[in-house]
Amino acid sequence: MTAGKPSPLAGTLAVQPAAAEAVADTHASVLAAIGWAVARDFRVALRSKGELGVQLLFYVIVVSLFPLATSPSRETLATLGPGVLWTSALLASLLSLPRLFASDYHDGTLEQIALSSRPLAALVSGKMAAHWLTSGLPVALMAPLLGAQYALEGPVLATLAVSLLLGTPILSLLGAVGAALTLGARGGGTLLALLVLPLYAPVLIFGAGAVDAVRAGVSAAPHLSLLGAGLLVALVGVPFAVAAAVRIALD
Amino acid sequence: MLINWFRFASPISFYPIAGSWSYAFGALAALFAGAGLVIALWIAPTDATQGDAYRIIFIHVPTAWMAMFIYLVMAGWSALALGFNTRLSAMMAQALAPTGALMAALALWTGAFWGRPTWGTYWAWDARMTSTLILLFLYLGVIALRAALEDPRRADRACAVLALVGAVNVPIIYFSVQWWNTLHQGSSISLTAAPKMAMTMLAGILVMTAAAWSYTIAVVLARVQAIIVERERGAGWLESLIQFPAGGSA
Repeated sequence: MTAGKPSPLAGTLAVQPAAAEAVADTHASVLAAIGWAVARDFRVALRSKGELGVQLLFYVIVVSLFPLATSPSRETLATLGPGVLWTSALLASLLSLPRLFASDYHDGTLEQIALSSRPLAALVSGKMAAHWLTSGLPVALMAPLLGAQYALEGPVLATLAVSLLLGTPILSLLGAVGAALTLGARGGGTLLALLVLPLYAPVLIFGAGAVDAVRAGVSAAPHLSLLGAGLLVALVGVPFAVAAAVRIALD
Repeated sequence: MLINWFRFASPISFYPIAGSWSYAFGALAALFAGAGLVIALWIAPTDATQGDAYRIIFIHVPTAWMAMFIYLVMAGWSALALGFNTRLSAMMAQALAPTGALMAALALWTGAFWGRPTWGTYWAWDARMTSTLILLFLYLGVIALRAALEDPRRADRACAVLALVGAVNVPIIYFSVQWWNTLHQGSSISLTAAPKMAMTMLAGILVMTAAAWSYTIAVVLARVQAIIVERERGAGWLESLIQFPAGGSA
């Protein structure tokens, strides 16, 4: 498995003396668990850089196909651009979801993680954060470059990047629920698409809507505020749903 | 009077009740549907602007209502299944999903047939149509997840989590789609601005809705019976009720 820092999976059943200390201890333990999971999954992901590269390349290729299928005229491309860049981001996120739990599930690591004394919701939060760092973040950073190919300019490209930075974490969070629920299921990948893509619809609407708003000369603030609100709600609620789903998969 | 509801959470005590209620609601459904269709096809007046094409409303509106309502009921049973770990609640949720999907599909289909003569198009990315389409996808997702998991107990709980996550998302999807629609296209098409309808039309819709309710209850209870038989085959209490074919049971 992983080397380096002491793992919280090792015995942490320390006796907790006073209540106040116990609460402080719990907070520290939650943060430590998140930090450990982020660092561990990030390290594991970086060991297969090829896979990460392929996922980013997938995004680039899908985005590049649309002009071939429609027309190279600047007006058409500028109209299609926000939708294409966002829909492709959804597909790229979907493609990278199995990586989140599948290999840990197959080699038994996930079971060990679930057996840990640290809260499972915190540990899966760390995994989701690492997933976003290695899938959503690169896509969000790459998007303005591809947006320039779609005749999008200055403030529109900036809005595209901001909307993706706010929206892709929601994709990683919602996708994690689907990824955990489909562990060990028949037809994993296609099933995952059926479960997750309908749930992505509001993110797509507000994300692409923000970019469209700026293109139309209107403020993107309402769309971005809604994306931000969605992110906060997902951050609070989803880790518990994912923890429940992981426990169900391990039963 | 205090009723011990958990008594009915056991498939043993629920199985016979489901059977008799299923027949009762089936008969009610036939009664309501007969009366509703008489009102819909003969008594209700022809619409001034839409002619007789509007009459599909008597199927369209009840199925659209049921599609939304059944998802909530399914999520409710799912919450009970997760909270109390009762098998029967999960079986109810499992039994509701296909009927919910059917209702959503019927609402979309009849909507398309209604849209063609009145709007001039089968499909218009109207906010309600789009959110009903996504609702249909959510139902199909629950059904597909159920089919993909080997262990029925795991499938019960996984589908329950999915149904609950979906239920939280349904209002968000609805409002986001509505907002998206108003931003993208003007109000060239509007269902809400329909003129006031005649009393008989409203009565027809309500009676047909009662028929859809009764049909749903009857079919879902019958399906729950089938699920119980499928899962509990080999159980002694079931074998005393049903004659299994030789070699059929474990």
